[in-house]
Amino acid sequence: MTNVREAAYIIAAILFIVGVMRLRTPATARSGNIMAAIGMVIAVIFTVIGTSLGNLILLIVVFLVAAAIGTYSSRAVKMTAMPQMVAAFNGMGGGAAAMIALSEALQALGHGTYPGLSQAVPGLFDMLVGSISFSGSIIAFLKLQEWMPTRAIAFKGQNAVNAVILVVLVLLAIAIPIVGVGDRLALDWILIAGSVLLGVSFVVPVGGADMPVIIALLNAFTGIAAAAAGFVLQNDVLIVGGALVGSSGTILTLIMSRAMNRSIFNVLFSAFGSKVTATGTSERGEIHPTTSEEVAMLCAYAQRVVIVPGYGLAVARAQQECKDLMDVLVARGVDVRFAIHPVAGRMPGHMNVLLAEANVPYDRLYDMEDINPDFPRTDVVLVIGANDVVNPDARENPGSPIYGMPILNVDQAKTVIVNKRSMAAGFAGIDNPLFFKQNTKMYFGDAKSALQNLLAAIKEEVA
Amino acid sequence: MRRPSGRLPESQAKEVLTAVHASLLQEIFSFLLAVFTGWSLITKVPPVLHTPLMSATNAIHGVLIVGALIVVFTAAGPSQIVVAALALFLATLNVVGGFVVTDRMLEMFRKSPTEKGQAAK
Repeated sequence: MTNVREAAYIIAAILFIVGVMRLRTPATARSGNIMAAIGMVIAVIFTVIGTSLGNLILLIVVFLVAAAIGTYSSRAVKMTAMPQMVAAFNGMGGGAAAMIALSEALQALGHGTYPGLSQAVPGLFDMLVGSISFSGSIIAFLKLQEWMPTRAIAFKGQNAVNAVILVVLVLLAIAIPIVGVGDRLALDWILIAGSVLLGVSFVVPVGGADMPVIIALLNAFTGIAAAAAGFVLQNDVLIVGGALVGSSGTILTLIMSRAMNRSIFNVLFSAFGSKVTATGTSERGEIHPTTSEEVAMLCAYAQRVVIVPGYGLAVARAQQECKDLMDVLVARGVDVRFAIHPVAGRMPGHMNVLLAEANVPYDRLYDMEDINPDFPRTDVVLVIGANDVVNPDARENPGSPIYGMPILNVDQAKTVIVNKRSMAAGFAGIDNPLFFKQNTKMYFGDAKSALQNLLAAIKEEVA
Repeated sequence: MRRPSGRLPESQAKEVLTAVHASLLQEIFSFLLAVFTGWSLITKVPPVLHTPLMSATNAIHGVLIVGALIVVFTAAGPSQIVVAALALFLATLNVVGGFVVTDRMLEMFRKSPTEKGQAAK
């Protein structure tokens, strides 16, 4: 039976790899996800078959309850809440890794033995990293759900405190295999509790705008923790699946911090956006509010229009209105394109997913590098619920906390129309001089109703 | 020696658990190959698919459910059972929720090529 199980695990591992492979192109992505899920089912079935099943009823009950909660919550959640859902499920995985390692330690101690080093070390690693991933993901979830302040919360010397906690935890993890049976369990618990604390104090100082990078990083953490659990249990499918996710999550994290022109260390340790003080902007002045009629005229008689979607579009669920606007303008012969900043929204590709939902064709979506040279030739830029990714301070004001981050140079267009609910600061909590420029018009209102009014105005005024 | 299912007699357990296990090198080999595979796969993914990719890999590390099942099978006594059941609960949430959320995201991608085809006509 062991050989059959090993063969099934190989098949599962192949399905994981091919699944990720198919996720590289939109046309095959969905089947890729389903293949990975099939691999998972195979791995689970062949883990159960041929095993002496202890605690069977408990197992079935726990599984069914968790599966029902997981299915319901992921079906019921709105598209805008997807990022925090991923964060939450990732945290569950981290917690599972820590509990698997603790369970294995408990069982070994129950037999009156210590696990050998090759199992004790990954086990302790699981308790440390799994717990950090657990509590860190919960904080990321709470921030994105806005159940706690999204702004970076930090105190002086926070990084030093975190470093000290980490060093103490690592020393503790090294000490645990050395001490006697009686104390081991208590020390395991202290290690887990300390790691949970570290996860909290590690993510709390990270601002909301950087949350996607943190989720990607914690995803990689959980992957590595899963691989470590594989070493603890001497289970190949855990090792391979976990390692795949660990390396892919690491790459994704690097890609995302590179998109913001900041090193991963800067993202993690600079408490970016914790200061809301004036950033040396001298350009504050009058804003120029506008009406749907004026925006309708500007858009309808433009040659080139670029729409810049941001998180505000997602919150208002206005993607369909956005598509309708595109259709109306395209029918009038206007060249309409969408400019997608790599970190617009709260996850990489967030905007692409939303616009795909409204059937906006891929070939109208442009990445930052491709569209930036075109802004000087653009008549109207319509910024819908985006803020930090179009902030010219990133280019011009060395005193700004986001200085150096590549942005969409919308201010170079002839007219910029910014749709926002109010003059509140963006997710990073910093001023945006774009709003005060001569060629910027502020079109206040919720993105959905603002776009509906705009569509009505276009039909009325121009049709 | 692979970890057998069920519990071992105490003497045998000692033997298995005290030394560095024999399959360690082979496991490290699998681990490294998987790391390199993941690395070379992901560098080629377009930004459009970063969210679904993160979500799908999040579901794949839900393979922790396999580990959770193993510790539930072998748990004995209240504290072991509680911890193992918690592991299973968390891992199941991760894997089921992860795949369903990813499928929901990708459902939206599927429609677009036909839409594009119609637009071209």
